[in-house]
Amino acid sequence: MYNFSYQKVSSVADAVDAIKKADDGKFVAGGQTMLPTMKHRLASPSDVIDLGGIDELKGISVDGDTVTIGAMTTHAEVAASSDVQGTIPALANLAGNIGDPAVRNRGTIGGSIANNDPAADYPAAVIGLGATIKTNKREISGDEFFTGMFETALEDDEVITAVLFPKAEASAYMKFENPASRYAIVGVFVAKSGDIVKVGVTGATACAHRGLRLEKALNGNFAAEAVDEVEIPVEKMNSDIHASAEYRAHLVKVMTKRAVEACS
Amino acid sequence: MAENGVGASVRRKEDHRFLTGKGSYTDDLNVVGQTHAYFVRSPHAHATINNINTSAALAADGVVAVLTGDDLAADGIGPLICGVSVTSDDGEPHRAPVHSALAQGKVNYVGDHVAVVIAETLTEAKDAAEKVEVDYGILPAVTDTATAADDGQEQIHEVAPNNQCFNWPFGDKAAVDAAFESAHKVSSLDLVNNRMVTNPMEPRAAVGEYNSGTEEITLHLTTQNPHVHRLVMSAFNQLAPEHKLRVVGPDVGGGFGVKIFVYSEELVVGWACRKVNRPVKWTSDRTEAFLADAHGRDHVAHAEMAMDENGTFVAMRVNTTANLGAYLSTFATMVPSYLYAFLLAGQYSTPLIYSEVKAVFTNTAPVDAARGAGRPEATFLLERLVDVCAEDMGLDPAEIRRRNFIPVDAFPYQTPVVQCYDSGDYNAALDKALALADYEGFAGRAEEAKSRGKYRGIGISSYVEACGIAPSAAVGQLGAGVGLWESAQVRFNPTGNVQVFTGTHSHGQGHETTFAQLVTEQLGVPIENIEVIHGDTSKTQFGMGTYGSRSLAVGGVAIAKACEKLIEKGKKIAAHALEAAVGDIEFSDGNFTVAGTDKTMNIAEVAFNAYVPHSYPEGLEPGFDENAFFDPMNFSFPAGTHICEVEVDPDTGVVEIVKYSAVDDFGKLINPMIVEGQVHGGIVHGVGQALLEGCQYDSDGQLITASYMDYAMPRADNVPSFDVDYAPTNPPHNPLGVKGCGEAGAIGAPPAVINAISNALGIKHIDMPATPENVWRAAQTATS
Ligand SMILES: Cc1cc2nc3c(=O)[nH]c(=O)nc-3n(C[C@H](O)[C@H](O)[C@H](O)COP(=O)(O)OP(=O)(O)OC[C@H]3O[C@@H](n4cnc5c(N)ncnc54)[C@H](O)[C@@H]3O)c2cc1C
Repeated sequence: MYNFSYQKVSSVADAVDAIKKADDGKFVAGGQTMLPTMKHRLASPSDVIDLGGIDELKGISVDGDTVTIGAMTTHAEVAASSDVQGTIPALANLAGNIGDPAVRNRGTIGGSIANNDPAADYPAAVIGLGATIKTNKREISGDEFFTGMFETALEDDEVITAVLFPKAEASAYMKFENPASRYAIVGVFVAKSGDIVKVGVTGATACAHRGLRLEKALNGNFAAEAVDEVEIPVEKMNSDIHASAEYRAHLVKVMTKRAVEACS
Repeated sequence: MAENGVGASVRRKEDHRFLTGKGSYTDDLNVVGQTHAYFVRSPHAHATINNINTSAALAADGVVAVLTGDDLAADGIGPLICGVSVTSDDGEPHRAPVHSALAQGKVNYVGDHVAVVIAETLTEAKDAAEKVEVDYGILPAVTDTATAADDGQEQIHEVAPNNQCFNWPFGDKAAVDAAFESAHKVSSLDLVNNRMVTNPMEPRAAVGEYNSGTEEITLHLTTQNPHVHRLVMSAFNQLAPEHKLRVVGPDVGGGFGVKIFVYSEELVVGWACRKVNRPVKWTSDRTEAFLADAHGRDHVAHAEMAMDENGTFVAMRVNTTANLGAYLSTFATMVPSYLYAFLLAGQYSTPLIYSEVKAVFTNTAPVDAARGAGRPEATFLLERLVDVCAEDMGLDPAEIRRRNFIPVDAFPYQTPVVQCYDSGDYNAALDKALALADYEGFAGRAEEAKSRGKYRGIGISSYVEACGIAPSAAVGQLGAGVGLWESAQVRFNPTGNVQVFTGTHSHGQGHETTFAQLVTEQLGVPIENIEVIHGDTSKTQFGMGTYGSRSLAVGGVAIAKACEKLIEKGKKIAAHALEAAVGDIEFSDGNFTVAGTDKTMNIAEVAFNAYVPHSYPEGLEPGFDENAFFDPMNFSFPAGTHICEVEVDPDTGVVEIVKYSAVDDFGKLINPMIVEGQVHGGIVHGVGQALLEGCQYDSDGQLITASYMDYAMPRADNVPSFDVDYAPTNPPHNPLGVKGCGEAGAIGAPPAVINAISNALGIKHIDMPATPENVWRAAQTATS
């Protein structure tokens, strides 16, 4: 780790102020992604601005059909929240299976989404549930937020304040874990409300995306068999030592089917 | 049996300090005036070093010294050695390239040691290391085991043409070839034994201190064998004479073989602390551990078995290429030779075996012993081949094993590959394992699984290993540079408590408990009054350390012998005090008694008399403190049958181990709880190899599995609860009747798992690690 200056701020406005003044500043939330990168000397921000003291970023609330989760809410808090369990149990389960207890007790939803790791879990839920990301500047839909591998629509001085999840009638997340890291090799979040089916896919491609072909097949017939006929474009899939593109394309279908089965 | 003696599952004495955070590991040690070392490592797999410019680094904040291979050579520090010689088929000894602790003119793997920066803080050392300018001339890299010795490959070392370290034939080739000619059936198999990174929880570390007054170096190291480190560093590296070098292996957080060897970093820290006349500390980070710890396994082999019409094995032929990495680590040559080919008979009476092992250099980290060392490779090959034989002959895998087992009345049994097995009852272990695994009921379980869309398979592995390393004369004949006896000292203090000094080292095995149990059994001293001391060359007289499941089978016997000497001496002291003839004194349960009387004296009183010899036998030395050395007459041969049952999800290729049964013959168990723990750990290690762990380099020689993000270690949810039982036989060569248990699981498990997967899918073979994708692909063509 290289030297840096550290500031803990107590409001979003102060955070934005601090990052504007910094040479090459970075927000830190749970630090679960950022600190390992800094320890390996792969990142060297001049200033680290800690969002941990900002009360307005914390907490979970339910308002009508919307569950609002503050950006600084940890994975463990989401997993244990009776509000989330009661409204979108699949989201609580997803959070409860991220990393290990240490990661879950530090890592945050805001950090996970801002980081946009291609193998992260939350992005599948954000897309699958059609969530909205709220920042200090605007509201961004999930579909527009994730723009590429580790890239998002966020500007440098933009802070995620909360994620707004609409409630779904039924939803499920199926994750095929990387045997080493236990991130998602493929993760599929399926949500159904009325006749509308949404599918969020993570792990498979450069960043989480909507499974439009899968949605189309499922919209007419919400059953696992409906997925059989869908063609997943192999050339768009990631390929690494853990899973080839062909295998990932296959897993997208298997995980989707299992998620559909779990919804009913 | 004494309370807490042999056979009791005594809770581990050492756990109190470990569980309360009071363990003291090398990195816990901080010395006044300490500096920190950080190594500049090669980012290239193969390159010449045209120039190293250290001036900017030397000028950086906090830097005490920047040292390179030239400095090392100028100080006369010798290269690292490999201690076992293997004769190649040209009659010459194996090729041994110079292995300098800091590179001289060339680097040969990613992570190779180029220079060391010593600074006031670790951060300053790292900052300065980035300022060391190295001008590399990048060369093509050789990384693939199978093709490393092919014509036209880049040559890594001048002394090793074709990148070959040795080509070592063993056995009567003509006789074996003839048997194959006339065989009823030949089964064959190509297989890979996957390369592993050992990954003990505690990474390696070293703290060196030099006392300019006494001219003594004290090195605290993560070592499994402090005296071996001292011996090698003194005799071969000229670090310091043995009497001026103290090596301490304090608490060590797991070894699994990787901490046997003498590494560059350790030698450099020992040398540098004198050179800069300040204590020097180095602790490996996890990335460095992946890059520069010795790796394990990495074989490519072709195996064939010739059979008669009954499925009796008449001859076996094996061709193996073993990757030794860029340089020879301390015992590298021994692993794919004597520890491998001499185990190829397994549990079978195959009369003729021919093996050829070609060891090659590549631009990868050095490869050396890792839990099992050679024996897992032999067992995987043989036990997979036996299943292929069974399939080819239409026999049940259990039946073909039974037909070929060495019968119980044939012991001692001379194999065609040097080893003479002293005891075993292979049918007993197989039968017990089949019952434990409910082998009979498997077909029904497979049916039921099929109804859920799962493929269920069962796999048997009947292994034998050579432990209790080792009879010195035998290993000397083979080319080992050391004797492999063990030593012990058992010392009573005047107040009656006992200190047991052993030359073995405990880094998770629980010796502090097991050895105390031996002593309480023999001397009748309560276990809480016995302390086992190990890991410091200034405390224990000598020792060869812990590996090869030798600590109890060799080191334990030395302790028992020292206890016997104490009893003999104690009889004289008691006879004098009790006014009886020495011949009339009997010893049991800690008491010396005049036979047939109630005149008795506890061993603690005897010890007191020995230190306060006011009324004492004439001519007898005072003191109650005895040494013993033990050199075993033979290896010990733990054996057993492991049965693994898996369920394969054909949609994803995920393999779940649903049942695992292990029946082992370890001889007598001193602490059954500790033994079972060792069995569990060993099996998990083996399951890791079979399903998860695959170390991979790319063709440029970059290690692409250099972190836990990509290198999969086994975790608790990868394994079921194990069913463990024993089928002991008594090894006549071992005075304690023990065989060793630490490596068995890692040896027995891999073929059991792969046999089960092959059975589930109805395929001939699948390489390790059987990753979900590979299993899924195999399942596409499966016949189940
Ligand atoms: C061992 C391990 C296992 C893991 N396993 C999984 C897994 O299975 N699945 C999974 O999805 N993830 C996994 N993770 C990642 C984990 O979920 C991280 O917590 C998450 O990716 C980052 O969250 P954080 O709060 O720690 O963010 P940090 O590391 O603090 O920050 C990450 C990035 O987000 C930015 N950022 C943080 N908060 C905000 C905000 N409010 N507004 C704008 N930018 C912000 C930071 O500037 C930084 O660039 C794992 C991590 C570890 C260490």
